Amino acid sequence: MMNLTEENIYKPYKMRIEKITEEAPGIRTFRLVFADASDAEKFSFKTGQFGLYSVFGVGESTFCIASAPTRKGYIECTFRQAGLVTGELARREEGDIIGFRGPYGNVFPIDEWRGKNLVFIAGGIALPPLRSVICNVLDLRENYKNITIIYGARTPNDLVYKQELAEWEKISNVKLVTTVDPGGQTPEWKGEVGFVPAVLEKTNPSCENTIALVCGPPIMIKLTLPVLEKLGFSQDNIYTTLENRMKCGVGKCGRCNVGKIFVCKDGPVFKLSDLNKMPQEY
Amino acid sequence: MEKLINIARGLLESGKVKTIIGYVEGPTGRIRAAFIRKPEECSKLLINQNCIQNLAVYLLKPEIREFGRPAVIANIATQRSVLQLAQECQIADGEIDVIGFYAGNTIVEFKNFTEIEQRLKEVKLELTSDDAKLIEKINAMDTKQKWQFWVDEFSRCIKCYACRSSCPMCYCSRCLCDCNQPQILSAPSHLLGNLEWHITRAMHLAGRCVACGDCGRACPVGIPLHILTMKIAEDVLKNFGKRAGTTLVKEYALSSFKNDDREDFIK
Amino acid sequence: MSSETKILKKSSVQKLIEILASANIRLMAPQKKGAALIFAETKSASEISYDHIQTDLSAKSVLFPQTEEILSYSYAGRDVNMKEREAESFPELVLFGARPCESSAIGLLNAVFTWDTQDVFFKTRLAKTTVITIGCKKFDEYCFCTSVGCSPADKRFSDIFMTPVSDEEFYVESLTKKGDDLIKRAAAVFTMANKTIDVEKELAKVPVLFDIDALNKKLPDLFNRVEIWKEQSLRCLGCGACAYACPACACFDIQDESGKEGGKRLRCWDSCGFSTFTLHTSGHNPRHIQAERWRQRVMHKFSYFKDRLKSIACVGCGRCSRNCPVDMNLSEHLKSLMEA
Repeated sequence: MMNLTEENIYKPYKMRIEKITEEAPGIRTFRLVFADASDAEKFSFKTGQFGLYSVFGVGESTFCIASAPTRKGYIECTFRQAGLVTGELARREEGDIIGFRGPYGNVFPIDEWRGKNLVFIAGGIALPPLRSVICNVLDLRENYKNITIIYGARTPNDLVYKQELAEWEKISNVKLVTTVDPGGQTPEWKGEVGFVPAVLEKTNPSCENTIALVCGPPIMIKLTLPVLEKLGFSQDNIYTTLENRMKCGVGKCGRCNVGKIFVCKDGPVFKLSDLNKMPQEY
Repeated sequence: MEKLINIARGLLESGKVKTIIGYVEGPTGRIRAAFIRKPEECSKLLINQNCIQNLAVYLLKPEIREFGRPAVIANIATQRSVLQLAQECQIADGEIDVIGFYAGNTIVEFKNFTEIEQRLKEVKLELTSDDAKLIEKINAMDTKQKWQFWVDEFSRCIKCYACRSSCPMCYCSRCLCDCNQPQILSAPSHLLGNLEWHITRAMHLAGRCVACGDCGRACPVGIPLHILTMKIAEDVLKNFGKRAGTTLVKEYALSSFKNDDREDFIK
Repeated sequence: MSSETKILKKSSVQKLIEILASANIRLMAPQKKGAALIFAETKSASEISYDHIQTDLSAKSVLFPQTEEILSYSYAGRDVNMKEREAESFPELVLFGARPCESSAIGLLNAVFTWDTQDVFFKTRLAKTTVITIGCKKFDEYCFCTSVGCSPADKRFSDIFMTPVSDEEFYVESLTKKGDDLIKRAAAVFTMANKTIDVEKELAKVPVLFDIDALNKKLPDLFNRVEIWKEQSLRCLGCGACAYACPACACFDIQDESGKEGGKRLRCWDSCGFSTFTLHTSGHNPRHIQAERWRQRVMHKFSYFKDRLKSIACVGCGRCSRNCPVDMNLSEHLKSLMEA
């Protein structure tokens, strides 16, 4: 009985679900620990990277790693129940074993951003990839100057990471602006009311020595980019993430490409200047 | 040919029709579908005994319909597909123009679908001699041999779905094989999955298949799966007295209930 | 590698099969199965087809099968036990009678499966397969190998190259150690060649139909000319026949199949022509019309693959065009892109 001569790139790590947090209707966060301690020791990742999470017997789904690499001992993913695999994942309980393959993809170049101001702009379910960066830079706070977070959702209930938002609110050298869509506010809501692009304009962060990170539904991104441009941000200083249907995660199955770029290998992190060179097929 | 070209040109020039779905010859001599929108290009159109592709498969494609009102140059199988699609409420009488052609280069400009229905009463859909021989061979088999025959054939299936794609009746925008909630049909090609797919499809076509044979012709590994659906069509005729593509009356063989049906379990 | 050339008689192939069988090595050769000519395990030399121009499906299924088990698992309460394939589950094979185009396409599959990370399934199968290619003495109107850098005498990725020198005999050149090992193992069926043959002279000359370098340079500018892609793809039905028949297409899907006790994860063929290939769960589809999917096929093979992996991902075998139910003739479309 001979084993294969080399590692099977499609074989996932076994992960135990340590904690499930219901973030918002239909949206959950899993805190995962490696079932095998030796896997945990070998594993590392950088912010921006993603993985393929699987329910054995059902299939795999792609989510970013939503926790920061500075927080050791676990990884986290946040997902919305939308299809077959996410539907099955939503039925898992704490203590269950699922699979994880990763880390895949490129990274946010946070080392290059030392000494700069950072503006994070996110909408709805798109906060997870940025939450990884935010936690990472907050853990290395002295390396960065002003940090501004602008995050909006349809209603207060739809905001994810309510716990983190409460924590970030309390940090004195972090400016957090949360907003809900006009008409989405409840009587208790104390934050802004308005779509994210409008709130961004109102917040008016300086573009001087600043990197902007934007993640959100396509319509939000479409309307946010002109505001950033108006505020003076150059295309080289605006970062976003793309997502596409994925199966292998390692640039072989041929489906996640945008032109000659594979979102799983050359992304998912892209500078706006790079995106504008790519065919508009996403 | 002159007559056909003139009819087609006339329809385009008058603006009544925006695209002619017909046959032209490709550079290797194969006949292929074409979508003529300019009157001067009508001279490329032809009809001959090699014009066998069922062009009705294009009648529901958005890419073709966005040109505007189509006219389809229809062989007998295509005419039957038009009637069946009308029966299934996929196209309405008056929505498209149908130019039928028959052996001996007879060309008929149909004014409406009822005329097609009338004309088809006089016309028989004939089997190719290869198909007739194969059907005879299969009919001579016992059940076990028949099963083994189809198992041997379907073991070659690679799940390319050329059969489904070429069939005018497979117009479901979300085919069962594309659904994963629940996953009724498997994606990989193993014998069981292949049999599940083909038997499911054959059953979905029971009472609807017009026996054009395009599915078998499309198969890259030469599985004669059109024979399966053709034989089921014969079974439907024998048991329910109905043949697809012959009437505009909206009455499915397998899902219309009448008080005088011979099966009484539903009562 | 060995400088000695040999002769193999067709009448000796049965003995070759037997010698290989005694060492548990299977011969995969072109055979008629039903109405199709495909590569299948051959136990009797009389089943082998030699006279064809191309098989219907290519030899890629020998190295990259339609369905490949990449993982299996069994449930243990809330836990799971994963099981890996054993090396023995991959058979030792001789791929006999591949055409030079599909043998050189092995290089394209290899590029996909070994760039960056290594696909152990493809690599294991390739390592366990000896490729015997038979050069082409004839071609048809669908062949365009010479337009994409291939030819009837292309020896890339062949372990042994055989040139028909008569109806009954092949002139045999061993190109690699694997080839040498096979000839040594089956020495009884190979006889010495008593003269050297100019292989190129014996084999077909396929005319070049278009300038691939010029096309490759032109394609990025054609990306946004949607009307061209629409016009070319009007009759396309969006099936997978072209991609599945193609010896160079490697796009795949990963599917789980399971029961109560456990299940398997399978890698299976997929096609960029399918409407659901890039469909997101949200319903958004970056390539939601057939024109965009047709464009992807052409751009991937003739532009992106060259940029990323330094090759044109097509060997001009013509299978896509022969198999297409609606005569989407690739070389015709490529020529028309040159004129666009």
